[in-house]
Amino acid sequence: MSEAETISKEGAIDASDLKEDYASFVGRKVLFIIASLAGIVILAGVAATLGSANITPVEVYSAILAWFFPGTFATTDFIDTIVWQLRLHRVLMGIFAGMGLAVAGAAMQGILKNPLASPFTLGIASAASFGASLAIILGAGFVSGQWLIVGNAFIFTMIASLTVYGLAKYKGITPETMILAGIAIMYLFSAMTSFLQYVGEAEEVQEVVFWMMGSLGRSSWDKAGIIALVAVVCTLALMYFSWDINALGAGDETAKSLGVNVELVRVLCMILASLITASIICFTGTIGFIGLVAPHITRMVVGGDHRFLLPASGLVGALILLAADTLARTILAPVILPVGIMTSFLGVPFFIYLFLKRRKEYW
Amino acid sequence: MVKITIKDLSFSYGSRKILEDLNLVVGDSEVLSLVGPNGSGKTTMIKCIDRILKPKGSILLNGGRDLQSLSRQEVAKYIGYVPQSTTSVLTTTVFDTILMGRKPHMGWRVQEEDIDKVVDIMKLLHVEEFALKDFSELSGGQKQRVLIARALAQEPEVLLLDEPTSNLDVKHQLEALDTVRSIVKRTEISAVMAIHDLNLAARYSDSLVMLKGGKVHAIGDPSTLLTRENIRAIFGVEAVVMRDLDRPYVVPIRSLNAEAV
Repeated sequence: MSEAETISKEGAIDASDLKEDYASFVGRKVLFIIASLAGIVILAGVAATLGSANITPVEVYSAILAWFFPGTFATTDFIDTIVWQLRLHRVLMGIFAGMGLAVAGAAMQGILKNPLASPFTLGIASAASFGASLAIILGAGFVSGQWLIVGNAFIFTMIASLTVYGLAKYKGITPETMILAGIAIMYLFSAMTSFLQYVGEAEEVQEVVFWMMGSLGRSSWDKAGIIALVAVVCTLALMYFSWDINALGAGDETAKSLGVNVELVRVLCMILASLITASIICFTGTIGFIGLVAPHITRMVVGGDHRFLLPASGLVGALILLAADTLARTILAPVILPVGIMTSFLGVPFFIYLFLKRRKEYW
Repeated sequence: MVKITIKDLSFSYGSRKILEDLNLVVGDSEVLSLVGPNGSGKTTMIKCIDRILKPKGSILLNGGRDLQSLSRQEVAKYIGYVPQSTTSVLTTTVFDTILMGRKPHMGWRVQEEDIDKVVDIMKLLHVEEFALKDFSELSGGQKQRVLIARALAQEPEVLLLDEPTSNLDVKHQLEALDTVRSIVKRTEISAVMAIHDLNLAARYSDSLVMLKGGKVHAIGDPSTLLTRENIRAIFGVEAVVMRDLDRPYVVPIRSLNAEAV
């Protein structure tokens, strides 16, 4: 082999060197995940100290630790109440909502092979808005009482994604069919929401608009618990499909030749991503942008291997949402801005900076 | 020895028949090329053997097992597929691309053994210099080598190649086929490729299958198959076949229905 000879002369790379290089390449990704995790713990403490009552980070951490180790750490009732009943569930809800939205976004971008995909590509946000509007304006819905708005938003979100699945299934489940079906669904629900707003009273319309902006203001331990449970379980399930999602990136035919059941993986991941998103935005309202931008930022750092991209995106999403909510609570205090507004204000400049600075194609 | 036996393979899109009752035997350490005009079913045939499409008929392994009855994961252990041209959208390094070939054999965690195999294959195909480069940054020839490496990482019995030379310059065409042939001759692997260039097919294949309209027109070794008559029948092209080299060399002269122009 003439080619073999010429190349083997110049490229004398040792097998052990190659393995070492790859090990450190993987090590850097693990390091990024650990660093993000540490960042969340620190930011959570900081977020819990900020607010109208002045307490210090040490007091916050003691209050938290006192609950787990009652004898070892001491705290006061006042601080305990502020931390545990007012701030901590909001902080945790921010962490898990940010994580869930980002993981769902990373999974959607992976299975649809589209950098602009996010959980909202499938019309999920507009379906949730419609469900909420229906509850707020007409008082109609599938469940009653305090869960009316939440239940409606969740159910319509799942209806939207199942409809997208049904439409796409009819033509074969490819990224194109799913995106086109998603866009159709999105416009349909937007129009129906607009109609409801047109016929609704002024206060009701205002409530709908506030709901759609997205906020962690309605947090409680119950809601934070539900979001955390769904986000963690679905994230683990999506991570189980990491290799399959990686293979889809090389094209459907290649993925099939590598043993991937392409349509099944795509549908299951879509359902998992929809489930995460639905369970978050039904409590918070639509918080956009995180599902789009957190995976992008993460991909620039850890690359496209979903074994690392999914968890790392989740952590980056948690950081962004927590930071955005903390700023939203404090920047114009005592006015609390909706976090949905803040995520964009915070994320867009950072995203543009990375986008302009990047040298290589990352898609 | 026989590697795979294809029996009565048919495939249709709706009512349109693309492949009709193909019968074919691929031997051990054999390079078999599928030639024929556009739309004759070469690429479809490749995709049917790998069950990327769902054909009728049977594809028997030498143990007698039918690929049609195996799961996708199992098929991936026997058949490695090298796609025509890939527009990989997601960022991935060369190392990770080849590691993907281990997918049919490994679970979620990558074992030391998988890494070792990837390293060996990278050295075999001389792609180790750009191990941690992004796949999308490579040249056409390098990409082709990486894709062959990924298919080899599957440790397949049969390598399927869909027009392996289509995006390459002359030098890289020769190199890609040299690589395929040397691997086939050094190991027990067989290769089946769809290829347009008759002269490259003649030079690198042990046998040719001439396809026309989804049916086998002729099967045999390149020197007996590449005749003026066959080329006229298959492609509708008047050609001169030169035989003073060790392999026949086809020089196309004119299209038979070009008189109108």
